[in-house]
Amino acid sequence: MGLRVCDLAVARGGVPLLEGVNFALAPGQALVLRGPNGCGKTTLLRVVAGLQPALSGTVEGGEAVAYAAHADGIKATLSVAENLSFWGAVYGAGDVKAALERMNLRALSGRAAATLSAGQKRRLGLARLLVTGRPVWVLDEPTVSLDAASVALFADLVRGHLAAGGMALIATHIDLGLPEAQELDLRAHKARLPEPGDAGGFDEAFL
Amino acid sequence: MRDLRLALRAGGGFGLGLAFFLILAVLVPLGVGPEPEVLARIAPGVLWVGALLACLLSLDRIFALDYEDGSLDLLATAPLPLEAVVAIKALAHWITTGLPLVLVSPVLGLLLFLPGAAYGWLIVALLLGTPALSMIGAFGAALTVGVKRGGLLLSLLVLPMYVPTLVFGAELVSRGAQGLSVGTPLALLAGITAGAAAILPFAAALVLRINLR
Amino acid sequence: MVSIWQYANPLRFMRTTDWLLPIVAWLAVAVTAVGLIWGFFFTPDDFRQGATVKIIFLHVPSALMAINAWIMMLVASLIWLIRRHHVSALAAKAAAPVGVVMTLIGLITGAVWGQPMWGTWWAGDPRLTSFLILFLFYLGYIALWAAIEDPDTAADLTAVLCLVGSVFALLSRYAAFFWSQGLHQGASLSLAPGTRVDWAYKAPLYISMTGFGLIFVALVLAGTRTEIRARRMKALVARERMA
Repeated sequence: MGLRVCDLAVARGGVPLLEGVNFALAPGQALVLRGPNGCGKTTLLRVVAGLQPALSGTVEGGEAVAYAAHADGIKATLSVAENLSFWGAVYGAGDVKAALERMNLRALSGRAAATLSAGQKRRLGLARLLVTGRPVWVLDEPTVSLDAASVALFADLVRGHLAAGGMALIATHIDLGLPEAQELDLRAHKARLPEPGDAGGFDEAFL
Repeated sequence: MRDLRLALRAGGGFGLGLAFFLILAVLVPLGVGPEPEVLARIAPGVLWVGALLACLLSLDRIFALDYEDGSLDLLATAPLPLEAVVAIKALAHWITTGLPLVLVSPVLGLLLFLPGAAYGWLIVALLLGTPALSMIGAFGAALTVGVKRGGLLLSLLVLPMYVPTLVFGAELVSRGAQGLSVGTPLALLAGITAGAAAILPFAAALVLRINLR
Repeated sequence: MVSIWQYANPLRFMRTTDWLLPIVAWLAVAVTAVGLIWGFFFTPDDFRQGATVKIIFLHVPSALMAINAWIMMLVASLIWLIRRHHVSALAAKAAAPVGVVMTLIGLITGAVWGQPMWGTWWAGDPRLTSFLILFLFYLGYIALWAAIEDPDTAADLTAVLCLVGSVFALLSRYAAFFWSQGLHQGASLSLAPGTRVDWAYKAPLYISMTGFGLIFVALVLAGTRTEIRARRMKALVARERMA
């Protein structure tokens, strides 16, 4: 059971961004996506997570994905522990206490999420991954607003997940301290201009 | 489901609908005049229009908050089917908006000189009809979730779809008030609610997926 | 293999309508003119209603097309949802404003006709009311198209709205009939079109109905062509940005 992406092409707002993206993740493997802003990292991750249809190509194993985006999906009026146990109940798996412990959130568990700092919210968002119980983590800029210690904590978290047979697909700009992860530079997969008239089903059909 | 508590806690403004309903019932006699006969005649319609508008007030909150903070993306990738999420959210909206309206409606009926025979039917009609309002509203909210300041558009889309519920609901109450047979509007009202509950979660989930991509 | 789906290709559609549109447009003008002139000047006055009855030659065709426009949008929306042909979605978009205008003509001529006949501009008649509701559905549909930026998303959403809206529009129509019987017993004068109408009226009426149908087709074709051009412009701009 792994994640396999074959000859994937993605588009945003009718404009093709990437094409010919191929990679596969086996249990215990991680892949870091690199590329400048706007090159299609987020779009690629959304396609892998099944939120958006691909222009062409296939994604296998997408149903095992736990997706974490820029926004953490935290309800400000609920407490830290309540936020987490809600997601635990939705996925029907995972130990909320252990997840809080792991991300150093124990002391904050009774606080309303509205009073958290940006970094603390991010940690709560990452703790959510632990309660999903899903093998493939798809992470979009997971280290935004984390301090150095928390980045190390995050790297540790991912390493533990991989050691337990999990997989991770991460889009980031910084050095995560995960030397074992493979890297994929998306600049090599920038979509070429399609020939006018082909690419059925897209705006190109109007040319 | 937990979504319910989420909606309850995160909702915050659901008392507004109730207050709006109350204000409407106070203002209408002031505008129409204090004659009990006139008010009694229009009471079922006023109460139903009030319920409709009160319901509308909180509709845009159903999905907009979750859309903004990213929860909707996460829910869409969760094992829970999106159709169930929609149904639960509509149910939560009904419990926070529709149910309180049903409960206070007899008091407001008093203000509007609703005839004694109509109270039972008023509660039955609202109990049967308001779930459809929430469900249709959830569909409308799903349509406009990606639109900034979609509240006005939402009203424009949803209110025409409220017409059948309004007609049959108000008709049920006024027939009940006159002691006429209520079978037909009752069956039609229940039918609309059942149909909306059966089909609209699928339409709303489809629309949400389109909006998320 | 020649099939109707080849016109789903925007290029093919444009090339065909290049010559087809002027023909349909001129035909529409001619047929409508014949129907209306015949109807207005060469039919006898009604013994009861006098010359007012002649508004029927505007009222009935526009009302007919108001409903047919929605049905056409429904079919086009289904085709878009199932087969993903852009032209279909754009045709549905183009049909909506025409439908609104037809509904408005129907409503206004109805009011103008109702004034001398029933003594009132507006009556709680189910036919009128359900038309007003149809008008609101049209407005919502157009507003949704206008509110959403991404054209494919807008096409998807409006198509679903059209399907669901159709069900509720039908229900509303039924509700309007129920409502009017319930509250105003027999207050409205039913003037069902087509009944007890002499052939002297029927012939020009049918002609102007055909004319209105042709006008509708011509306007939708023209509107779809405009939408295709707008999409093409967008695609060109996007391509420019990519290069």
